[in-house]
Amino acid sequence: MTQVNRLTGGQIDRDTTCNFTFDGKAYSGHPGDTLASALLANGVRLMGRSFKYHRPRGVLTAGSEEPNALVELRGGARQEPNTRTTTTELYDGLFARSQNRLGSLKFDLLAINDRFSNFLTAGFYYKTFMWPAAFWEKVYEPIIRNAAGLGSLSLKDDPDVYDKGFLHCDLLIIGAGPAGLMAALTAGRAGADVILADEDFVLGGRLNSETLIVGDETGADWATKVIAELAGLPNVRIMPRTTVIGAFDHGIYGAVERVSDHLHTPDAGKPRQILWRLYTKQTILAAGAIERPIAFENNDRPGIMLASALRTYANRFAVTADKRVAIFTNNDDGHRTAADLHAKGVKISAVVDVRPDAPRSMDYEVLHGEIVDTKGRLGLTFAEVKLADGNRRTLECGALGMSGGWNPNVHMTCHQRGRPVWNADIAAFVPGADLPAGMVVAGAANGDLSTAGALRSGALAAKQILGLKGRLPKMPEAEDAPVNLKPFWYVEGCSRAWLDQQNDVTVKDVKLSYQEGFRSVEHLKRYTTLGMATDQGKTSNMGGLAIMAELAGKTIPEVGTTIFRPPYTPTAIGVLGGRHRGQDFHPKRLTPSHTWATEQGAVFVEVGNWLRAQWFPRAGETTWRESVDREVLATRKSVGVCDVTTLGKVDVQGTDAAAFLNKIYCNGFALLAVGKTRYGLMLREDGIAMDDGTAARLAEDHFVVTTTTANALPVYRHMEFVRQCLYPDMDVQLISTTEAWAQYAVAGPNSRKLLSKIVDQDLSNEAFPFMACANITICGGLRARLFRISFSGELAYEIAVPTAYGDALMRRIIEAGAEFDVTPYGTEALGVMRIEKGHAAGNELNGTTTALNLGMGRMVSKKKDSIGSTLSEREGLNGEGQLHQVGIKPVDPNDAIPAGAHLISAGLPVDAEHDQGYITSACYSPNLGHAIAIGFLKDGAHRMGETMQLVSPLTRVHVDVEITSAHFIDPEGARLRA
Amino acid sequence: MHDLQPLTALGGVSAQVDSFEHITITENDGLALASVAARLGYEKACHKTLRKLLGAAPGPGEAVLHDPEAGFWMGPDQWMIEAPRATHELLAATLGGLFGTSASVTEQSGAWVCFDVTGPTMPDLCERICAVPIRKMTAGDAQRTMIHQLGCFVIRRQATDHIRILGPRASAGSLHHALVTAAHSVA
Repeated sequence: MTQVNRLTGGQIDRDTTCNFTFDGKAYSGHPGDTLASALLANGVRLMGRSFKYHRPRGVLTAGSEEPNALVELRGGARQEPNTRTTTTELYDGLFARSQNRLGSLKFDLLAINDRFSNFLTAGFYYKTFMWPAAFWEKVYEPIIRNAAGLGSLSLKDDPDVYDKGFLHCDLLIIGAGPAGLMAALTAGRAGADVILADEDFVLGGRLNSETLIVGDETGADWATKVIAELAGLPNVRIMPRTTVIGAFDHGIYGAVERVSDHLHTPDAGKPRQILWRLYTKQTILAAGAIERPIAFENNDRPGIMLASALRTYANRFAVTADKRVAIFTNNDDGHRTAADLHAKGVKISAVVDVRPDAPRSMDYEVLHGEIVDTKGRLGLTFAEVKLADGNRRTLECGALGMSGGWNPNVHMTCHQRGRPVWNADIAAFVPGADLPAGMVVAGAANGDLSTAGALRSGALAAKQILGLKGRLPKMPEAEDAPVNLKPFWYVEGCSRAWLDQQNDVTVKDVKLSYQEGFRSVEHLKRYTTLGMATDQGKTSNMGGLAIMAELAGKTIPEVGTTIFRPPYTPTAIGVLGGRHRGQDFHPKRLTPSHTWATEQGAVFVEVGNWLRAQWFPRAGETTWRESVDREVLATRKSVGVCDVTTLGKVDVQGTDAAAFLNKIYCNGFALLAVGKTRYGLMLREDGIAMDDGTAARLAEDHFVVTTTTANALPVYRHMEFVRQCLYPDMDVQLISTTEAWAQYAVAGPNSRKLLSKIVDQDLSNEAFPFMACANITICGGLRARLFRISFSGELAYEIAVPTAYGDALMRRIIEAGAEFDVTPYGTEALGVMRIEKGHAAGNELNGTTTALNLGMGRMVSKKKDSIGSTLSEREGLNGEGQLHQVGIKPVDPNDAIPAGAHLISAGLPVDAEHDQGYITSACYSPNLGHAIAIGFLKDGAHRMGETMQLVSPLTRVHVDVEITSAHFIDPEGARLRA
Repeated sequence: MHDLQPLTALGGVSAQVDSFEHITITENDGLALASVAARLGYEKACHKTLRKLLGAAPGPGEAVLHDPEAGFWMGPDQWMIEAPRATHELLAATLGGLFGTSASVTEQSGAWVCFDVTGPTMPDLCERICAVPIRKMTAGDAQRTMIHQLGCFVIRRQATDHIRILGPRASAGSLHHALVTAAHSVA
């Protein structure tokens, strides 16, 4: 017989059946069920095994605070571990498996751990796994890794997609229980832009779990009515299935909306979940309260749960956990469960109340006493009662509801390091004074634990926070019972009494922690791991620190709480990543010649977000070296073309443009003639080289500054800082034009001939000498820019057109260059050629080198002040033994030179003490037929011709090299000036 | 006259259009763009010229949707001017002449990709991609924002269901992908 534990009523749709499986067995339930309620309905109390001791466990709660009943939901690539059955909406075809057992839930081989509990107490791993040392990596670590963790991953790619989103409102209301609904109604009717978010799929909070009356209808009906009115207001956005996970800076809240988790499979193209950023001016936290359990011996058996959870299952889900139920309580609220269950025909074995003046009942026994033990390994069967008069009773029951009082849900008030304060009237922590900016708290979350109190405080909070005038509307009548509670945290003499059921932390562990000297609540938490599981101790923190307080002879507020941190509940990494996965991890930047380069079969390399052609393999070439060598030789022999769009371009204008450049470059720019380009070196304020590039003077008041690709953003930011903050009185304006112009380097002895077929103007050496620049036109009138600068050391130009014409220009260059065998070359060939010429690049400008190190010491002009000039003169950067940039070549031409290798004088020991310098850039030079390198060597300028040891100990390289000039090819620069 | 053919930002010969049931994403290849930054001491003169050109000088967060030229505020005394490329391809040069020594002008046409997003679910799509308060924006509001790690401008145009997005041209493909993906989500 299915669903043996069903009761009447509830908010389930009995007309529809949902079939589901748990651990391979088939069951049925109804829409409106959670997986937990459906399992209980089918008589299933055993839902998991505990983390450390593998004790049989059932569901403890009916909400997101659940520590025990965690399952692996779904199979295949969509399998998700640690899913709480209490928040999983039931749907047809649901597939779930229990976790953390070897074998089955009923016969878990690792249950043997429970027998060794004396050795597995808190902190046992600090006292074990020490000897022998050889066992650490090979034996202990694999064992611990296997045993650690709950649940398992599919290790397949997540096929679901996740969105991010951004919402704005005047008022964010967290929680749609009585307080939140009343606040939303008040604010919504007043016209405020409201977002009402609740983690549940049915709004109303506890109103759906209780039989309490609001006005003249049930709380659930009242909630439904209010939600309908709110749904009709265009200024109110209702977000069910949405957990607000954290209060972040500047009034921004994070929220996860579960768009498709209640469906078997998400609809095509739709996200599974959305991570919303909520930008709100004000917030009302109406997150309710969570009931506390009581610690007693063996209080963790399947069937033992929070008394309020029993009530939720009965009233909302029409389920009883068992036909015979007992209650253990220290307050009036626990009795409500007995009354509600009795009204639905469930047998109440007894209500055990620690207070002598507990309310009596006509329908069932109320005993003054404590529960001291329970029986029933795979499911509760009996509870042992010690009565106040000393006698014992045994209660036959399959479910036991614990009620130790209620904890206001203060989490979110503490996300910005606020601390809650103790309220002795309700024996609980309530929000303190230090709330996140713009937040107020209402309802049970603020310690207002009655229905009337929640309604009133919700309306009041909205009124106050929005500054609404006039009286509050009349509140519907509702119960306003005071809290009648005797603080009671644990039964005297208990030891295997559970506090944190997820991390298996007992009262005994807390006592052990105290005994071993871990007394602060922060140490208690970390030593015992109390509160460190996925439930963040929602049902265990209070008990632990109450016991610690007693042991230490302190009050509970003196012990205090640990910090609550986001996320409020476990959050999938996928939703934090959103769409930024795989190919979309970061945006791509494509050069104007990208399509053309792809057609040529170019191999691309990532340079930041850019894709740059690295080399262009031709048919028959099998290694990258073949392609690169060919590109280098062909360019130096005739002509090559390379896309250099990615290098930063900054447009600098204004009457003080030249003076401004004089400040940011260490060399002089004030006297640069119009129509000329100059190499520039930028220093940091501390004298270290920052970036190098060129500045082209197109007009008296107009320069185009270039930077390296990697430093485009940092240099632009630096220039803006200098402009705005250091020299605000200079007339200079900046804007990035990196992407506005497609720019190609055309290099080689035939570059002039090639470009003369495209450029409308005269390109003779007289008309356009080395380092000239100009606005030109090409192909009969298209505006363009030409710069005669060379990174390769050949006769070379860089030609720029507005980006939309970049593709057409590249194709025209190839067409015009066909007669010269024009060769496209990529970043590798670019690199080889600049190393052959000894040009510094990012490898040399590595954040530790100065102009002097780079061989450019004399470039730092002393005729003017510029950034870095003064500090470049400091003692430590000058004087004897400074590093100088040099060239390095192998003595044996067959030896390779790895970049990063270090230089040691001949005959001296290979160790750090004798380190003389290091290689920064290295390559094979097809022009010279051997490896070459650039690097830094102490006093290198005076060590030309010296033979040294080149070593890379970790990769076992040890060869002889000779120090030379870094200008391996055409050191006089004759080819440049052709 | 030169014979070099321009391509759109997405690399096509003509602009790309993606239509969904309630939203359309249209690549707008028809804009010429130029930046205008007032020179020191000429801020008033610059504002005056802008008023003559557009009807008003756009303030922070504003666009002036004049015809044929429109403009929006980019920073203190800095604006972007747009006009139809078909008639204003040399916009930067024209504006350079107009502003003279009162402002620094640069051509920006090649630096941007433009998408016009239209349709009743445009605000829903906006909420998926960036933090602009779209439901509070009215015609002529212009905000700088981030869309999938790209610095973009979002301008609310005249029609109630129309926004214009300007993003970095080299990432046109990535921005387009983000918009189309969001359109699927909210469809």
